[in-house]
Amino acid sequence: MSDTHAAVEAVWRIESGRLVAMLARITGDFAGAEDLAQDALERALTQWPTHGIPQHPASWLMATAKHIAVDRYRRQLNLVDKLAAIAHEPITALSTEGDPMATVDDGLAASVPDDLLRLIFTACHPALSLDSQVALTLRTVAGLRTPEIARAFLVPEATIGQRISRAKRTLTDKQVRFELPSALDLPSRLGAVLAVIYLVFNEGYSATAGDDWTRPALCHDALRLGRVLARLQPDEPEVHGLLALMELQASRIPARSGPAGEQLLLADQNRRRWDRLHIRRGLTALQAAETLGGGPYTVQAAIAACHARAPGIDATDWARVSALYTVLSYLSPSAVVSLNKAVAVGMADGPERGLALADELQTHPALVAYPALSAVRATFLRQLGRPDEARAAFQQAADLTSNVSQRAIYQRQRDNPAPHVPKAAP
Amino acid sequence: MRYLVLLKAASAPSSPPPEDLMAAIMALGEEATSAGALLDTQGLLPSAAGTRVTLSAGSLTASDGPFTESKELISYAIYDVRSKQDAVEWTNRFMKVHRDMWPGWDGEADILRVFGTEDFPAPGNAPAASE
Repeated sequence: MSDTHAAVEAVWRIESGRLVAMLARITGDFAGAEDLAQDALERALTQWPTHGIPQHPASWLMATAKHIAVDRYRRQLNLVDKLAAIAHEPITALSTEGDPMATVDDGLAASVPDDLLRLIFTACHPALSLDSQVALTLRTVAGLRTPEIARAFLVPEATIGQRISRAKRTLTDKQVRFELPSALDLPSRLGAVLAVIYLVFNEGYSATAGDDWTRPALCHDALRLGRVLARLQPDEPEVHGLLALMELQASRIPARSGPAGEQLLLADQNRRRWDRLHIRRGLTALQAAETLGGGPYTVQAAIAACHARAPGIDATDWARVSALYTVLSYLSPSAVVSLNKAVAVGMADGPERGLALADELQTHPALVAYPALSAVRATFLRQLGRPDEARAAFQQAADLTSNVSQRAIYQRQRDNPAPHVPKAAP
Repeated sequence: MRYLVLLKAASAPSSPPPEDLMAAIMALGEEATSAGALLDTQGLLPSAAGTRVTLSAGSLTASDGPFTESKELISYAIYDVRSKQDAVEWTNRFMKVHRDMWPGWDGEADILRVFGTEDFPAPGNAPAASE
């Protein structure tokens, strides 16, 4: 890729959200605005390498999109004129509206935050499938190009292209208006936006060694989206809660694999490798979230913060972790939350209490054949001085997992007579 | 990708920086922060307010500024962006407001990649675990 090409794409990543948002508000047509913006980008990609990058690239993109829009509008008017001539009847309705593009002004900066927020809510509209919401958000708000999204999600380019065109058609067909959700709808609509951002983050976070670098880069795309949203919706606790959770999880990335590329559990990670800048930003966002009231993301972030603040596994405030899991099990109950609570209780109140909770979960339908449950039980059994049962439980965990690296961990634990700290999450 | 941008002045007019320039710098910083790209930025006092510690042939010396032999460091900024080109674009914008609003000011900005989370390999064949 040429330097100019890379420069165009950089300008695009910075400007695409604002550009599409402003065009969509002016035209009232999200799909059309997205097309216009993409057409302006294509012109930049052909013209800038030969004519050089303009002095004010953002204004150039906006002006170009306007010209394209005006051209199309005029062509439509011509068509209307021709139809009118055929019908021998004057048509005045359209011409009296004037040129809608005349209202475009690059100095409309004051309305940009609201435009951007409309854009995010539209891209994550419930009329769209989750896959489409993700693709549309990354393309319009984060300014990624279709091939980048395809590479990051390990799907063919055509698949992403189809998701985006289908999404735009759905928004047009269902006459979804380019607007902010009502106060009544806001909680669920905001929840959808947060879910999309967290999905992008987890897609990057779960990328394994050897994957294309664009996959882990998704973590940072999600973080930037989270930061953008925190600026746009500063009074929403869960916006800060999700941002805190992502920053704190990202802080552990440098420490989560060992010398041979094997996955390291929280207990085995070298905490000096945790990224301090992410931790600081995460704790700041968490404070904002807790001040505003919190929610499930905030509680998960608070748990992650307990680990981030602790110099080691034994110095962790397990009583607080366990209390937070109790809160989380009310706010968003799940079998995995219950299992993590059992781990925290075991660390806080001793292995006997932890094992009792873990044993209760053995009949839970979601945890039948769940390797982590066997591993947690095994760890508590070993701590309680029941080595034969511990070995059998680690073996069971190794048999249940289909993940090679995870199986190696369980086998190592099975053969390691020293008590091992159980796996805690998140 | 995380980048550290160090801004250095080669020569500046004797007049203080115009208010318009300061306002434009603030606006640009706000814009980059709102875009989720700018993580931190601060201005730096002249090196006259600083000290340089040198290790040479086993002996340590501390000498107070100004550091006459080098260009003055003016400010630093830390960006989290998708590519180096994005950091270049933000820095270009920062330099353009200097060009447009403070004629006679010359300087340079070094864009340095910080070792970041993406430089550490993810575990091979790892599950989507929460660690």
